[in-house]
Amino acid sequence: MNGMTLIVKTITRLVLGFIIVFAANIVLYGHITPGGGFAGGVMLACAIILLILAFGKKTALDIVGEKALSAWDSIGALGFLSIALIGFSGGFFFTNFIMRGTPLRLISGGTVMWSNIAIGIKVSACLVAVFIALVMFRLEHKR
Amino acid sequence: MILLYGLLAFMIIGAIIAIETKDLLSSVISVGAMGLALSIIFLILGAPDLAIVQVVVEVVALIMLLRLVVEREDVTIAHRYRYGEVFSTAVGLVFFGIFIVFASLAYRGMPEFGNPVFRVSEMYIRDGFSVSRAANLVTAILLDFRAYDTLGEATVIFVSIVGALVILRKKGRISDERDDTDR
Repeated sequence: MNGMTLIVKTITRLVLGFIIVFAANIVLYGHITPGGGFAGGVMLACAIILLILAFGKKTALDIVGEKALSAWDSIGALGFLSIALIGFSGGFFFTNFIMRGTPLRLISGGTVMWSNIAIGIKVSACLVAVFIALVMFRLEHKR
Repeated sequence: MILLYGLLAFMIIGAIIAIETKDLLSSVISVGAMGLALSIIFLILGAPDLAIVQVVVEVVALIMLLRLVVEREDVTIAHRYRYGEVFSTAVGLVFFGIFIVFASLAYRGMPEFGNPVFRVSEMYIRDGFSVSRAANLVTAILLDFRAYDTLGEATVIFVSIVGALVILRKKGRISDERDDTDR
């Protein structure tokens, strides 16, 4: 799969940063505004899928490889699990062990923000990996 | 409320078109239109979290399905109605009617729209903000009160994606090796 035309590439270059910043905003402020780890992660995956579709398989997979994707997937899952396990320090599984902070500020809600970040990393890596598995491997097989 | 019913009718028509059309591409596109209508319904009912997730997931799923459909050669499905299928459709309609009758009987016993059955949700709405200190109550319930559920969902996603990667990758590898040995 080769890249698309120059128009698509230029617009992708312009827009990609904004999409990633918006996805990070949705993930980080998930405990204050609508959104959260899942939605922001899917937006991040959208950005990477746009990169793959616009610049072709080779260029994009040099930036985000298969092994890096599975590593990030595992990091997200293990991060969420470790947040759950550190909760044992407060007594139970998934205890909200961090100080709650003042409401409506970025640092509030205890573990909720960190869980959102872990889920965002996990979901974005997952969806890009599934896109690559469904589209790329099949095309390779056909050739 | 009229807008809600209009969108529901739009969704039902889109679903019927998605099932019945012969062209795979237009089927995929009508599934996408259905998802868009669903996200607008979520917005009307006051669930922006769900609306965001629905729109974004729909976009990703639509891109994947379009990529897969465009790569296929046989995009049309040849299909003709035979006598047996007419019979099975009639039987299905009869059972659907019976289902509608019993569902309308059961619907009278259900609580009113917007009134939850479980008492625990009242506690979440009343004490959620003061206990969790997270302003978005949906995220607070998902990741604080019911984080164990979310861990299960994350595990399901993780396992399914690992499985998909393993299955699809193995196929590609075997064919590559065969190509190599043939050369």
